Amino acid sequence: MITIWSGILIGSALVFSWKILGYLVPQSVLNHPVVSRVASLLTVALLAALLGVQGLTDGGEVTFDARIPALAVAAALLYFRAPFIVMVAAAAATAALIRLFLGF
Amino acid sequence: MAKSRGLYSTSIGVGVATGLYGISFGALSVSAGLDIWQTQVLSLLMFSGGSQFAFVGVIAAAGTGGAAIGAAMVSAWLLGVRNGFYAVRMAPILKASGLGKLIPAMITIDESVAVATAQEVETDQRKGFWITGLSVFVFWNLMTLFGAILGSTLGDPKSWGLDAAAAAAFLGLIWPRLRERQALAVAALALVVATLTTPSLSAGVPVLLAGLVAVVVGAFNWFARRDAK
Repeated sequence: MITIWSGILIGSALVFSWKILGYLVPQSVLNHPVVSRVASLLTVALLAALLGVQGLTDGGEVTFDARIPALAVAAALLYFRAPFIVMVAAAAATAALIRLFLGF
Repeated sequence: MAKSRGLYSTSIGVGVATGLYGISFGALSVSAGLDIWQTQVLSLLMFSGGSQFAFVGVIAAAGTGGAAIGAAMVSAWLLGVRNGFYAVRMAPILKASGLGKLIPAMITIDESVAVATAQEVETDQRKGFWITGLSVFVFWNLMTLFGAILGSTLGDPKSWGLDAAAAAAFLGLIWPRLRERQALAVAALALVVATLTTPSLSAGVPVLLAGLVAVVVGAFNWFARRDAK
């Protein structure tokens, strides 16, 4: 049985494995164009997937609610190069206010 | 080129700015169901923003069952892959050997490498890497603790919009990449795949499935700009 603590420790070791790997393997391995392209796109794909799951689903169902206008506000702030923390706080405030006054 | 004083203030400024969004990580981690200690250990040991947000994001969506934790670990691991490429870039600059590689490996992250590679002289590159890496480490951990304590005093995460904040955090992390056509196509496909498969697959799996989009598109180099060949 995997507990949350072992998940944290093993997960941390796994993340560290990449960091140390780069200092151990010869440059030519990771500099292969296909390898570096897939790795770079992998980051994008996982973050976009997490955005979808976190922003558009709830309890295993596709759900459209106050998170969508909140994300629109976040996107507008990112476009105008607002700091990360300001953008995140504005998204939270938008969703919170919509839920408080409109209830969805 | 940059004077030493400029390099110090840049490095520490980056540490403070990054630390500030450690507040959002701390608060989101607690609202995902981790406790303050678990949240803090993630920042101390995993120490890679994208991987940490992914780990707690999967837990938030999928809970703390064995399969969910497995998916959270794999998501975090896959999101850490870029650090390996940063390490390849830093290795010839740092010239660390043996066990001396462990500490620089720990602070090989977006920010330290970005500041280092922006310097022209090798001594500045090394200085930029170390000062930025260490200041991000200190501020990221302090602010994680602050955010976790703050998060644990809030009641229902939804009424504070914290679920929207978590989604916004992912949008912010991905944003700089969306100007490239191939990355934008992968992002759109991955988002659709993960969202639409969520009702039918067990939690956590849709995110990993979306990772396959990157492997396929990257291997065949689809959606690449023609002039970039």
